[in-house]
Amino acid sequence: MTSPARTTANSPANKKTNRAGLELPAYRGGKTTLCAGCGHNAISERIIDACFAMGIEPDRVIKLSGIGCSSKSPAYFLGSSHGFNAVHGRMPSVGTGALLANHELVAIGVSGDGDTGAIGIGQFVHLMRRNLPIVYVIEDNGCYGLTKGQFSPTADVGSTLKTGVVNDLPPIDTCALAIQLGATFVARSFSGDKKQLTAVLKAALAHRGTAMIDVLSPCVTFNDHEGSTKSYAYVKSHDDPLGELDFVPFFEDISVDYEPGAVQEVTMHDGSRLYLRKLDEAYDPTDRMHALRVLHETHDRGEFATGLIYVEPAAADFLTTLNLVDEPLASLPESRVRPPKAVLDEIMAGLG
Amino acid sequence: MAAYDVAVEERPTASSAAPVINDFSIQVATVNGSGSQTANLVLLRAIFQMGVPVSGKNLFPSNIAGLPTWFTIRANKKGYVARKKEIDVLVAMNPETAREDVLGLPAGAAVVYDAPLDLDSLRDDLVFYPVPFDALLAKVSRDVKLRRRVRNMLYDGVLSRLLGVDLDEMEAALRKQFGGKPKVVAINREALDVGCAYAEEHLDKRDPFFIEPMDANRGRILVEGNAAAAIGCMMAGVTVVTWYPITPSSSLCETLIDYLRKYRVDEETGKATFAVVQAEDEIAALGMALGGAWAGARSMTATSGPGVSLMGEFAGLGYYAEVPAVIFDIQRVGPSTGLPTRTAQGDVLSTAFLSHGDTRHPLLFPSSPEECYSMAMDAFDLAERFQTPVFVLSDLDLGMNTWMSAKFGYPSKPLDRGKVLDAEALEKIGRFGRYRDVDGDGIPWRSVPGTPAPAYFCRGSGHNEWGQYSERSDDYEKNVDRLARKFETARDWMPAPEVEIDRRATVGIIAYGTSHWAVVEGRDQLLEEADLQTSYYRLRAYPFRSGLASFVERHEHVYVVEQNRDAQLASLMRLELKAELAGRLRSVLHYAGVPIDARTITDDILIQEGYRAERSVAHGRMPHEAGVGGE
Ligand SMILES: Cc1ncc(C[n+]2csc(CCOP(=O)(O)OP(=O)(O)O)c2C)c(N)n1
Ligand code: SF4
Ligand SMILES: [Mg+2]
Repeated sequence: MTSPARTTANSPANKKTNRAGLELPAYRGGKTTLCAGCGHNAISERIIDACFAMGIEPDRVIKLSGIGCSSKSPAYFLGSSHGFNAVHGRMPSVGTGALLANHELVAIGVSGDGDTGAIGIGQFVHLMRRNLPIVYVIEDNGCYGLTKGQFSPTADVGSTLKTGVVNDLPPIDTCALAIQLGATFVARSFSGDKKQLTAVLKAALAHRGTAMIDVLSPCVTFNDHEGSTKSYAYVKSHDDPLGELDFVPFFEDISVDYEPGAVQEVTMHDGSRLYLRKLDEAYDPTDRMHALRVLHETHDRGEFATGLIYVEPAAADFLTTLNLVDEPLASLPESRVRPPKAVLDEIMAGLG
Repeated sequence: MAAYDVAVEERPTASSAAPVINDFSIQVATVNGSGSQTANLVLLRAIFQMGVPVSGKNLFPSNIAGLPTWFTIRANKKGYVARKKEIDVLVAMNPETAREDVLGLPAGAAVVYDAPLDLDSLRDDLVFYPVPFDALLAKVSRDVKLRRRVRNMLYDGVLSRLLGVDLDEMEAALRKQFGGKPKVVAINREALDVGCAYAEEHLDKRDPFFIEPMDANRGRILVEGNAAAAIGCMMAGVTVVTWYPITPSSSLCETLIDYLRKYRVDEETGKATFAVVQAEDEIAALGMALGGAWAGARSMTATSGPGVSLMGEFAGLGYYAEVPAVIFDIQRVGPSTGLPTRTAQGDVLSTAFLSHGDTRHPLLFPSSPEECYSMAMDAFDLAERFQTPVFVLSDLDLGMNTWMSAKFGYPSKPLDRGKVLDAEALEKIGRFGRYRDVDGDGIPWRSVPGTPAPAYFCRGSGHNEWGQYSERSDDYEKNVDRLARKFETARDWMPAPEVEIDRRATVGIIAYGTSHWAVVEGRDQLLEEADLQTSYYRLRAYPFRSGLASFVERHEHVYVVEQNRDAQLASLMRLELKAELAGRLRSVLHYAGVPIDARTITDDILIQEGYRAERSVAHGRMPHEAGVGGE
């Protein structure tokens, strides 16, 4: 197996500013109010890194969330972007409306495993079906952090609460569910895996469609003990990466040499390329059935398959199927949204 | 409340009857799913085209096929369009209800019925016209499938002869409905002719009811309230429409979709200047509307009571985070699933205060298709001006029934997009604080994502005037006090009431929405029958205009007429009126699922005013008022 060797043709002269002419601090947000060591904070950092690296313009970004510790985190990254902290479990609908209003916006949604898997499962399901262009991050800690540690629907059978209460119900695997629902970008990662998570987020930002990422994100206050399958130690020792990801954005002229077979190349909607250096030679992230099988098998072993699990880069996204005019609907002038008098006259004549 | 009463007036028997011209009701009793709607609308439209004021009320079950339905057409030369209790001409096509339908009629009524039903033995004070529909149908066409579809046209043909409704006007109405399908028009016309010829040959006119041409409908249209609202939404420049199907609101969005596809697609590119999403439920529908409005689009959704209940949490978010949205509530009978296909005004309180905490929403009360149209536009302007969800409270009677209306005028005002920050505004206000009351009217400035204006974090949790998260008591109080101030400002922006003061009157009437039409007729009855003068305040919105108190003050008693059990609007008024004035409010309530009628109002007021000890007429219950039997 060969490591993808990078030959850089024209990487930016000044590493400190990105394509948008901004420096990293421009992507930071308010000071976090989450617990020190909370996985969610690490994810915010990776979102900052990925947005900076991709040269995303913050004034085109909308940050969306539901309710929960995780859903607070949009306040802690991209401080100069608009944000909408919706109601519990209903962020997908708010994001849908916002993108209908303005399809040029870059939507980044942050949810929790309770926000998505319990109260919000209905909206999650329909978001996956619709393939709305949004990066949808589930900060998955297997519990309700903000209401002090109750089980969430992603808690594994046999997992215990701090109090010793055992979970008897099977977990919802949001990744498997998303694939089954027709999601076009499904990944799982770990808040502690800086490299993988950043690569996954960059790829997600390059995807035109719903990019759903379940990020295992330990709750250090309520679910980090022995007996929990979402503790930092458990996740770290049961992380089973599907391979190593390399992401080359469309605006970087980098050629990658690799030995065919060992590395799979996926071209994203915007021309960015993803290189998946596979550990399991047979793994193919564009094969839905295979992806589902791998998810089930790793789960049965008590492990987490992480990395890009499934991708379908060319699928039509929701906004495209609506055949909207090129300009954002929100900025259409009155002359384009209020039909002329002749139209009203015609309608009136028809009813007379 | 005697909500089910039916007046059975003393009437001369058929033989001695003087002609009754352009002042009677026709009721067609059929089974739903039998395609009678076309025949009924053709009859209605033909009368309309003859220049006679007319209204139609469809009473249908919550079911797709096989249950009884009643369609009532009222022709009235004076222009009364409220429901009338007495049925003068019955078309009995439904074997299941025919007996009861006939027994409920006032003496002197005419009955056209399917001959095998043998109804003429039931009463001897009615005029019976048996018609062998199946035998006649055989004459229309050999095609069995086609034939079945025009069976109901036969009764239109019979009525055209009996009542004097012009056959050619019926054909014109058919053409209106089936424009591009000449074959369909032709076979329907054939059925009309067959029915008419049968009546001519076999039925001896013995009832007094006649339609005679008038000229009252010049410049008028026939339209359903939901279609009118849809036109209003399109003219308001709506760009994001989200909905979840529910009777009686579905036709609003469905009609809107048709119009948008026809008139709001860019001619050059073939691309849409609108987005419509059928959401997964009403929670998502309102979430999408709010998301769209937050990002700068004119957004709306339409629903009915059960959907309103689901929207609660988002409605509160819209109020507190100050995000516009237009919500049409086409009210139906609750609580719960209630009577899904019957009408009511039962959502006044639930919408005014929808959601927890100190939440209040502006409400608009259209009473006619014209107002469904104009208030749709008002609603978008108000929602954006006040950055808050606005409810338009229509109802099933208005939304789904066919009404006469003046033609709608082209809007004279430009769209009011409210205080949206641009560079110029930013310069003027200095530092941007999303929830700062810069202008003293309680309305802050907002910025829109995707524009160069500074961003803010929109949230339903506590925030200060800079839009920052805050749990401080003073921030909270300051913010909700400003919201109350904003609501006060809205008062004088709301559609003004229509007030008619009779200087001699000690009795005032307040009504809103569809109750208006029965009040118009009821006031005339009060004057004619008891010489009781009344003033009238037709309320059109909440928050109430400041003049409400002085109207109440002018009168000893003020009757608030509404179609719910709990006097919801009167309760809302009591919250604002001084105790002395609140004490003058009385209620006329009607909550039978059928639209309110004038007789209910007249009798109720006369009794409460001490003119009468009890209702002046005998009471019975029509099967259509009793509704569908069974579970
Ligand atoms: C309608 C509603 N019900 C309940 C709550 C209380 N609540 C707040 S956060 C939360 C659970 C959050 O869990 P999760 O989404 O996993 O986020 P975490 O805090 O674990 O990051 C609940 C139940 C609420 N805010 N709204
Ligand atoms: S309670 Fe748990 S999820 Fe919430 S901030 Fe603390 S560590 Fe994070
Ligand atoms: Mg959680």
